[in-house]
Amino acid sequence: MEYMGIERDRLHMSWVSSAEATKFIDVVTRVTEAVRALGPNQHFVKQKAKVA
Amino acid sequence: MSGYTEKMRDIAGRLLKECAVDMVIGFRKGTMPMMNEPCFVTKPEDVQSLVWDSNCGINLANYLANRKEKIAIFAKGCDSRNIVTHITENKIERDQLHIVGVPCTGMIDKRKITGMVAGEILEVSETENTIKVKTSDAETLLDKKDVLQQNCALCIHRNPVIHDEMVADPVQEQTDIDRYAEIHKIEEMETEDKWRFFDDLLSPCIRCYACRNACPLCYCPTCFVDESKPQWVGKGQDPIDVRTFHLLRAYHCAGRCTDCGACERACPVGINMRLLTRKLEKDCQEQFGWEAGLSPDQRPALDVYKANDPEAFIK
Ligand code: SF4
Ligand code: SF4
Ligand code: SF4
Repeated sequence: MEYMGIERDRLHMSWVSSAEATKFIDVVTRVTEAVRALGPNQHFVKQKAKVA
Repeated sequence: MSGYTEKMRDIAGRLLKECAVDMVIGFRKGTMPMMNEPCFVTKPEDVQSLVWDSNCGINLANYLANRKEKIAIFAKGCDSRNIVTHITENKIERDQLHIVGVPCTGMIDKRKITGMVAGEILEVSETENTIKVKTSDAETLLDKKDVLQQNCALCIHRNPVIHDEMVADPVQEQTDIDRYAEIHKIEEMETEDKWRFFDDLLSPCIRCYACRNACPLCYCPTCFVDESKPQWVGKGQDPIDVRTFHLLRAYHCAGRCTDCGACERACPVGINMRLLTRKLEKDCQEQFGWEAGLSPDQRPALDVYKANDPEAFIK
């Protein structure tokens, strides 16, 4: 995805067990911060079809 | 390589006469110059239609998936690696196949050649190192190495990796090849430039799916782009849909693609979609030391777990 032009911090991958509540909170916080810093996603957004 | 033709007809004739196989898959002359087409011979008297030259770039492994009969197939380096992949993926049994190895010196790029001469090409002939192109008003002699398909210029497995017999002695493999120079260049671009680069690259795509159909790896009974319940991706030429198709097609070939170039060769608008598959090939090579289709005894990178698999991407 990065190779095709998606920002490095926009996509995250993690393993969290259902017993790891603290890790879950931690991951979500970090992901949210990283994505918020990038601003709204501009790519892979499909525009509505233009009708003449 | 055109010298292989006679030997191939002999081999095919012998195998069919002995009833060692039900069918031989090779090439015959196409209706236009530089367009050989796949050919399925089932009777010994038909072997004369078989030919071999530098226009046999189609990957014949594409015609093996799910076949039940005994088949002899002519296999260049890349075809043989796709045959190995088919065997690993249970698309065909090894003992159904009689693999006739074809040491390869590369296939020529018809698009490049058409761009190099003026006028309509009437005839193309070759010697070991040269290509002679005849148009209505001129004859041009080209160096074969200048008109190779790009994947062939970069090829490091020209000899078949698996075979029951060979058409000729192995050819010298190319060494000192940097397979990934272009990929490095894209990797070093800024994010926005990457996005634009692929927008430009893919913008001519008409979604004809010739690239998918030419690829031996794409044997799914229903491809994700053809599904309608659910519809995974739009079917038109919206740039996001085009990109989604290409991204996913490349991913489905990850760790399996042999860079045979059949996809690029088939594309009517000349898109180099191998820039996507080659990136994945490079990643597989760097991260798992894996090259697709080298031996039927190895399990593919994406279906084994090793304790030292890279995992830095998991946060
Ligand atoms: S990729 Fe290699 S084996 Fe395949 S046609 Fe090109 S040179 Fe031959
Ligand atoms: S993706 Fe293209 S280069 Fe790779 S195996 Fe398929 S047809 Fe060959
Ligand atoms: S062959 Fe070319 S035009 Fe057709 S779908 Fe593939 S990339 Fe698009």
